[in-house]
Amino acid sequence: METQEIINAKQFDLTLHRLCRQLIENHDDFSNTVLIGLQPRGIRVLNRLKEEIESILDTTIQCGTLDITFFRDDFRRRESPPIPSVTNIDFSLENKNVVLIDDVLYTGRTIRSGLDAMLAFGRPSKVELLAFVDRRFKRHLPIQADYIGKTVDSVISERVSVEWKSIEGQDKVILYTPEDHG
Amino acid sequence: MDNLSVEHLIGIEHLTPRDIEIIFETADRFKEVINRPIKKVPSLRDITIANVFFENSTRTKLSFELAEKRLSSDVVNFSASNSSVKKGETLVDTVNNILSMKVDMVVMRHPNPGAAQYLSERVDASIINAGDGTHEHPTQALLDAYSIQEKLGTVKGKKVVIVGDILHSRVALSNIYALQKQGAEVMVCGPTTLIPKYIHKLGVKVENNLLKALEWCDVANMLRIQLERQEIQYFPSLREYTMLYGVTKEILNQLPKEIVVMHPGPINRGVEITSDVADSKQSIILNQVENGVAIRMAVIYLLATKVKRE
Repeated sequence: METQEIINAKQFDLTLHRLCRQLIENHDDFSNTVLIGLQPRGIRVLNRLKEEIESILDTTIQCGTLDITFFRDDFRRRESPPIPSVTNIDFSLENKNVVLIDDVLYTGRTIRSGLDAMLAFGRPSKVELLAFVDRRFKRHLPIQADYIGKTVDSVISERVSVEWKSIEGQDKVILYTPEDHG
Repeated sequence: MDNLSVEHLIGIEHLTPRDIEIIFETADRFKEVINRPIKKVPSLRDITIANVFFENSTRTKLSFELAEKRLSSDVVNFSASNSSVKKGETLVDTVNNILSMKVDMVVMRHPNPGAAQYLSERVDASIINAGDGTHEHPTQALLDAYSIQEKLGTVKGKKVVIVGDILHSRVALSNIYALQKQGAEVMVCGPTTLIPKYIHKLGVKVENNLLKALEWCDVANMLRIQLERQEIQYFPSLREYTMLYGVTKEILNQLPKEIVVMHPGPINRGVEITSDVADSKQSIILNQVENGVAIRMAVIYLLATKVKRE
């Protein structure tokens, strides 16, 4: 399996730091803003951003996790049922500014499902999207991110994986071709 | 996630322990969904489900219908009391007529044991058994075991006594299978006339003394006396049954530990269980009802993944 590192540990930190600053620039003290991480991998981005923003602002920001399994558009088109994860939003999104967070923006279908799933918790006044990696030119739907960590050009057979120090042992983003695609 | 090993939910007997785990894990997610401000997900928009009830039901039918609607499936209801069954139509014909209207799944309650199995072998739809005579009531057993797990953390190693009319109860048989598959010890308790003769062959303990049974258990599942299924008198009087097998606060206070009290409903207050017990904090009867919707959503959701489109 051929892999190519597209973000190393240092760039990874810088990227997260820049995203935090961009969020603070637009959301001030986060008094009316909530960050919602999309399950499963968006939660990792959310946790790091939350930690850093809270240390910069010295305040607590409201965060939640959202699972989109039951809102997917490919249900029953797969061999086995998609794995549901935990949704934890114990507050209303009514009139809030919501930032949806995911690790990789690819076809846009996950985000479409996320927008639907989110509405069960109220009608936000504004919704933005943050993607740590944007695989551009691969969209199936008219969806774009407001905050992007890194834009990547890739072909369909390639995969992008965001890896984390706390889980995989090292912060990095790799581009690779799975073996079954030769 | 791996999927269920079965195409239909006929009985707990046919499920593997892993199947039960998958259903519980999925039900956890649905339990969160049904506590949201908007309690609905669009997963089953393209699925139509027929609730076919050849026998009366209030809560099971309501629970299934809510589960189906909260998954966004289309629902049609059929009850035998006002149907062509009265005009002599067979079960397979009735269901095939319903299926011709492009129905994908059938939830069926029927007075005859084995009706769900019979139907699943003859029609082209996924069948969920909502109770077949005195045989099985799988979703009730799943929600009972799920409620025990929720209350006590696990089912494994727990001691559960099922008290009452074991002979006529589909809940008892399904519960025995479900609890044993998850590693619980099961005892049945009731008058000898209401305990099936060979039930010990299922590996359950049998006890005729209520106090001894309650002293042994962590959980007591109280069953209703099914007078409508009893063609002969199985005990001298309801009053005598209540004196010997009714759970009261006084009996619970005599026990060395606090046990969990369950009841699949409908409760005959003052017969198998007194009001102060039914409404006490030891009772998880209303949790069972809430969990019923989540469990049925999970079962329908998982079986719906197996519905194929041409």
